[in-house]
Amino acid sequence: MKTRKILAVMVLLLATAMCMSACSKKEKAGGKLVVGFSQVGAESSWRTAETESIRSEAEKRGIELKFSDAQQKQENQIKAIRSFIAQGVKAIVLAPVVETGWEPVLMEAKRAKIPVILVDRGVNVSDDTLYSTLIASDFVAEGRMAAEWMVKKLNGKGNIVELQGTPGAAPAIDRKKGFEEIIKKYPDMKVVKSQTGDFTRTKGKEVMQTFLSSAKAENVKIDAVYAHNDDMALGAIQAIEEAGLKPGTDIVIVSIDGVKDAFLAMIDGKLNATVECNPLLGPMAFDAVKAALGGETLPKKTVVKDSVFDQTNAKQTLPDRKY
Amino acid sequence: MMARIKSSKLIWPLLALIVLLALNGFFTPGFFHIEIKSGRFYGHIIDIMNQAAPVMLLSLGMTLVIATGGVDLSVGAVMAISGAVMALLTGKSGVFMPAGLLLTLILCVIAGTWNGLLVSAFDIQPIVATLILMVAGRGIAQLLTQGQILTFHDSSFAFIGSGSFAGLPFSVTVVLVWLAVTAVLSRATAIGMFVESIGDNTKASRYAGISVNTVKLFVYAFSGLCAGMAGLLVASGVNAADSNNAGLYYELDAILAVIVGGTAMSGGRFSLIGSMIGALIIQTLTTSIRAQNVPVEFALVVKAIVALAVFLLQSDAFNKMFAGRKAGV
Repeated sequence: MKTRKILAVMVLLLATAMCMSACSKKEKAGGKLVVGFSQVGAESSWRTAETESIRSEAEKRGIELKFSDAQQKQENQIKAIRSFIAQGVKAIVLAPVVETGWEPVLMEAKRAKIPVILVDRGVNVSDDTLYSTLIASDFVAEGRMAAEWMVKKLNGKGNIVELQGTPGAAPAIDRKKGFEEIIKKYPDMKVVKSQTGDFTRTKGKEVMQTFLSSAKAENVKIDAVYAHNDDMALGAIQAIEEAGLKPGTDIVIVSIDGVKDAFLAMIDGKLNATVECNPLLGPMAFDAVKAALGGETLPKKTVVKDSVFDQTNAKQTLPDRKY
Repeated sequence: MMARIKSSKLIWPLLALIVLLALNGFFTPGFFHIEIKSGRFYGHIIDIMNQAAPVMLLSLGMTLVIATGGVDLSVGAVMAISGAVMALLTGKSGVFMPAGLLLTLILCVIAGTWNGLLVSAFDIQPIVATLILMVAGRGIAQLLTQGQILTFHDSSFAFIGSGSFAGLPFSVTVVLVWLAVTAVLSRATAIGMFVESIGDNTKASRYAGISVNTVKLFVYAFSGLCAGMAGLLVASGVNAADSNNAGLYYELDAILAVIVGGTAMSGGRFSLIGSMIGALIIQTLTTSIRAQNVPVEFALVVKAIVALAVFLLQSDAFNKMFAGRKAGV
């Protein structure tokens, strides 16, 4: 019995080892520029689009990309960076899963004179020379853009309900802040209810159902919905339809992210606008790599330009939507 | 009669639900307001029944599992698998909807049977045995959908989560039918008695000739089936399978519903109606927090305080403390 168990464990170990050696098969770089990219994971279509953008841009520029998927774990990312350093890459692109705990490993990269480019999320380090630049969207600006579009659509007048992201998440805090900044300037616009939908479709739908029932009972008209991401807006659309109203017509809906399903909803006339949170960071990331290797000092933050899409331009954009 | 009501375990959860509803009646404007529009009722009360449906389905299976002295942590993950499989079968491959439903539910029964096997044949502690599927199951669902949200539209499938029957959301019908099935299954046959007996004393039940392993296998498989149905309900409600979030933490709500409903974690006597009331209490609370527009940061604290209050009401020691003072015993 015991020997069988040991045998089974050994077979498992062997299989794992073979798998790993196959994955880390080393290829000669043949004079190509080698860059390492440590990605958080593939938890959303947004994330997959970001990976794809960086991969295809590397290919386009003839750069060899060493890709590592951390499956949402910081220790995997730290291991990946150490292995990048050991393999002698020229630069590292990092999408950090969390903000803290990066100092030691970034210090190692710095000592090896390898520039690190951060994408889409920042890190919390006391010495900001540990990375070259951060390329990311400005969540507060996204909130402002959503508010501005809504103000224009409603002519500065109306009752808004807000579907917040997960409490405490940076995008939720900043998207709320940016939206409020603009809405404050219009005394006839009011956020009448604001609850969390946890960034998911099911919760977005449930919260919207409650908002609609409250509105009927209190005799308040809901003119618009502001959702911190597209998924909650898609859930809210379902709730509005089930209540016998027309989403996009009876109630204006604006959200953030710009995923494919949001574009489909805009073409159907159910969603009014979405502020794109651009995941296509590839070109900017490799521009930064080039500049850093050329010895240029980069600004600590490079803001990705986000833009608003609405029903007028949804159809042209959809075919290019990869995520 | 009065004594029977007083001694019934159901009285406390029912009282809690009534108090909660009454408080809402005072503080939430138009809480009992119901509107009829194109043959369908709308209002907070309807929303509560509709939104509690997935947890109610889960808690039916969970009640039987807990009554045997076990627990099933994997139901949330099985919900995710169920949605993902349905999206792949009917959404992507165009399998005929009822066939897709059936295949999905069979798969969920298999998942539940796996839990049952670990608990009965291998005698692994239920909390550990089902933890395996809780973690792995969500991973399987994510693999199936490659971590993406799969959106699909099938109007007959959408009806389950969005349609209405007899003026009420169809999900209410699903819950009522399934409650009836579970009640008949457990009370009209000897299964319910076996379950309670195993929860009270496994050893004695075995000596009495009850096939303990078979009964355990059955309750976990049944819990898997309930989870599968809940997963389909959630997926159909948003026409999408979201493996990352579907059913996330639902196992905790289901366990809470069963306990609030008066079934003890240690096993033994159970009450299906009690669990239904428990699920309604939890949803009423969530809905009133949303309708009252309580800042999201406080929502969980409010939930915890109410749950604590219900537990204290049910605690024998706590009741004795107060009864003792009144009667001077």
